Amino acid sequence: MSVLLTAVATLGAIGAGSAAILYMVGQRFKVEEDPRIQEVQDALPAANCGGCGFPGCASFASACVKAESMENLLCPVGGQNTMDKVAAILGRKAPVAAKKIAVVRCNGTCESRPRLNLYDGASSCTIASALYGGDTGCSFGCLGLGDCVDSCTFDAIHINPLTMLPEVVEDKCTACGACVKACPKDIIELRKQGPKSRRIYVSCVNKDKGGVAKKACDVACIGCSKCQQVCPFEAITIENNLAFIDDDKCRLCRKCVQVCPTKSILELNFPPRKETPPAPKEEEATVTA
Amino acid sequence: MVQKLIVSPSPHVHSGDTIQKNMYNVLIALIPALLVALYVFRLDALIITACSVLFCVVFEYLIVKYILKKTPNVTDGSAIITGVLLAFNVPSNLPLWILAIGCLFAIGVVKISFGGLGNNIFNPAIAGRIFLLISFPAQMTTWPAAATAVDAVSSATVLGNLKLSPEALPSLQSMFLGTEGGSLGEMSALALLLGLAYLLWKKTITWHIPISILATVALFTGALYLFDPQPLYHPLIHLFSGGLMLGAVFMATDYVTSPMTKKGMLIYGVGIGFVTVAIRLWGAYPEGVSFAILLMNALTPLINNYTSPKRFGEVVKHG
Amino acid sequence: MLKTFRIGGIHPKEQKISAGKAIQTIALPGQVIIPLSQHIGAPCQPVVKKGDTVKVGTLIGKAVGFVSANIHSSVSGTVLKIDKALDASGYKRDAVYIKVEGDEWEASIDRSPALIKECILTPGEILQKIAAAGIVGMGGATFPTQVKLTPPPGAKPEILIINGVECEPWLTSDHQLMMEKVDEILVGVTIVMKALNVQKAIIGIENNKQDAIRLFSEKVKGYPLITIQPLKVQYPQGGEKQLIDALTGRQVGSGALPISVGAVVQNVGTLFAIYEAVQKNKPLIERVVTVTGKEVKQPCNVLSRVGIPINDLIDMAGGMPETTGKVVSGGPMMGKALPDTDIPVTKGTSGILLIPTLEAKRKAMKDCIRCAKCISICPMGLNPTLLMNLTEYEVWDRAEENHITDCIECGSCSYTCPADRPLLDYIRLGKGKVNGIIRARKN
Repeated sequence: MSVLLTAVATLGAIGAGSAAILYMVGQRFKVEEDPRIQEVQDALPAANCGGCGFPGCASFASACVKAESMENLLCPVGGQNTMDKVAAILGRKAPVAAKKIAVVRCNGTCESRPRLNLYDGASSCTIASALYGGDTGCSFGCLGLGDCVDSCTFDAIHINPLTMLPEVVEDKCTACGACVKACPKDIIELRKQGPKSRRIYVSCVNKDKGGVAKKACDVACIGCSKCQQVCPFEAITIENNLAFIDDDKCRLCRKCVQVCPTKSILELNFPPRKETPPAPKEEEATVTA
Repeated sequence: MVQKLIVSPSPHVHSGDTIQKNMYNVLIALIPALLVALYVFRLDALIITACSVLFCVVFEYLIVKYILKKTPNVTDGSAIITGVLLAFNVPSNLPLWILAIGCLFAIGVVKISFGGLGNNIFNPAIAGRIFLLISFPAQMTTWPAAATAVDAVSSATVLGNLKLSPEALPSLQSMFLGTEGGSLGEMSALALLLGLAYLLWKKTITWHIPISILATVALFTGALYLFDPQPLYHPLIHLFSGGLMLGAVFMATDYVTSPMTKKGMLIYGVGIGFVTVAIRLWGAYPEGVSFAILLMNALTPLINNYTSPKRFGEVVKHG
Repeated sequence: MLKTFRIGGIHPKEQKISAGKAIQTIALPGQVIIPLSQHIGAPCQPVVKKGDTVKVGTLIGKAVGFVSANIHSSVSGTVLKIDKALDASGYKRDAVYIKVEGDEWEASIDRSPALIKECILTPGEILQKIAAAGIVGMGGATFPTQVKLTPPPGAKPEILIINGVECEPWLTSDHQLMMEKVDEILVGVTIVMKALNVQKAIIGIENNKQDAIRLFSEKVKGYPLITIQPLKVQYPQGGEKQLIDALTGRQVGSGALPISVGAVVQNVGTLFAIYEAVQKNKPLIERVVTVTGKEVKQPCNVLSRVGIPINDLIDMAGGMPETTGKVVSGGPMMGKALPDTDIPVTKGTSGILLIPTLEAKRKAMKDCIRCAKCISICPMGLNPTLLMNLTEYEVWDRAEENHITDCIECGSCSYTCPADRPLLDYIRLGKGKVNGIIRARKN
């Protein structure tokens, strides 16, 4: 019996002593922190994805508290909701940011863009693009090896095995920008999601001359500038044989989509067109951005 | 017309070395020991070894295919080696159902649940042996007499006698050649050394681990023997008895669970040597190699982290 | 005991089936495409335009900055256009397309075969001539030679090392050049020794070239400052740092240049080109290329002008075998696999290797079994499997600590790995990333 008591007493004493030491050390080395940082951090989604540009939610919370205004501070995962909550904690107003989404600017499927050789190296776009221009005639196009897929923490992008191109899952994409950074060919871009998730973009990043681009891929942008001529809002610029649509100016009128000779401009989530006579009417959804 | 060209980063040629080739070299190196076991224990040795290999391969196949739902790759030889080594670590009269449990533990728990070949921390055969030793101590420590022995009665091993009845020790020669009782693979130091020579010749392993283990054991016990020359401390007895030779050449040199740098391998070997002798002399068990290897396996990641290979340019000599 | 480097090394099958095949000159095609970047450093600025007439040796691209090299026309004819062309880099880059008409050479070039031993130029003049001729390292690295022969301030070269090793399997262009042009090469050595002001030169030759060792040992009797050293057949014996270690016992430190141990290394092909440039006023416009491979009908060593499509060389060797899976520019360990055969020969094309499909296709990779063979054979004493892991998980600070930037990309690790892991693919990637981080940190 006494052995039992001795054992319990000894261990109990050691336990209590350790706890006391830990408490004292904890108090002595305590880091004073603005309590609001913890409050803000609790309001964040805790994904630690880096989409805000900071290494983790704690870092973002700290930056929010220390910053003077809420400009340029956005948690893409939490979105407007979260930024409003954070602003409320700090007694400020959050600016209204347009919802963005990742857009893959290449439509060179296996059918449109024939493969000319077989890539047999490690399965990484970065490694392949350091080696050469890829297994097709277009050295700017998507390699289909999935660095973007590996980088996404929201399961929002996958390679379609039939086209060998990545496809973005709209309701999961938070526009954190990880895939944009991962793509060694700068094919993925964050663009405005648009009202009713509608958007129009040039699905090509090929800067070769028109003839060379078309030879490599049926749906390449050849820089013919027909889209630029027809756009009523001056939203399209052509540089290095490649057209680009500015999504601040674009009003989603779809004229460019119709005139593109290689079908290189894509429109997403629009209702199907009615069969229109040669002069397109403008009563179709002309929505403000 | 030639088909599409293949494009990949350099190099564009390969040595042809495969995991399988290395594993089969180890099996070939084990043949001398297997022959001795067959000679000493006859049919029992064959049954135990064959069943052990069968159990290991079948369990690996079933677990990978039906539980993990991946493609099994049992022909790479690693399950076969685990089977043979586990068989070499048990007495030849071990009931087969116990052997099966050992195989299941070695493959299923120690190897596959840690991530499969390349990712396991502990040597499956060693861990399997220890598991059986602790769970079935009686069956694992009762050895039949050698078929070549005069007395056909179950006998203790050399190490067992070392502590309890040192006067009953056999000659060094018989321990070296392998006519004494013990577990299947522990019999003949000569056979195991032949295996070591083969592995070194084929460059499957390097000398660092086996030699550092054996040298440490010899030096440690030798130093003690100088002070107090009793059979308990005789270096050659320690080198030729028990699972030391088997452990040093085949178990400790397992690629996955041993350190990767030369410095690390030497530290690992010395550690195993020390712990083995410490357990043999002052511990509760007669045999310390298994526990020593298991302990150093646990330290391998740490050793890997803190040792690095000799770098080019580190030592600048002037010629 | 033959000399060799002290850390790591492998011994792939030598496969020198084209050894002893005399150098043959290839016929000129109808058109050549001369890339404006055939060297390490800034690409050239074109100095000709569409419609210009050029002769062999006319300057067509001017070096930009210090680390760059001039490019000269290798044919006579009319410039068709300056446009993008696929070159060995894998991407389309600017090149000069020239329609070949006749074979007229610039008047200043001395085409006579007579050996000119004396060189009365000053070191500065020698370097100028080398720079003007666009000489680059012909072992494959294509580093502008005048930069290499200009030591940084404070560094003093003590010894010239000549790389006659050709450690890559299959290649024999250097070997054949050594057998046929030994006198010119030795004069080239004396010229460079004068330019560097060194009193000692060693020519390292691998032991599988006994005829070259005998020939050179005989010929250097007339050159008291030059010695020949046979070396053990081991890869990568020809790596700059390894060669210096083998011949002098000195190891170049991490991140340092060979000049830091007083050594300058030059390939035999480069020395031959230097002889031709300094003594014959001939710019670098052609080189010896080995065309070889297991199924190649007539493996040969071809003297090819820069700009000729590789297809023509393959035809000269009996045509492309049906079973060809890979076309490699260079040797099998460090060469570049080409996406098609229209790519032109450049200053750095040491060989064309045709590999059958069965051998060319890589096997699927498995998990690392920690056999540590890659660590044993790495000639720089690195830990390839750890570096691959660190790159996969993007742990750049640890990759830097483990000296990933010291990797010479020899390929020994991927060659050896029994689990078929693409170690070098990832290490190259990591090396690039870490070098980028280091550069950004300095700015």
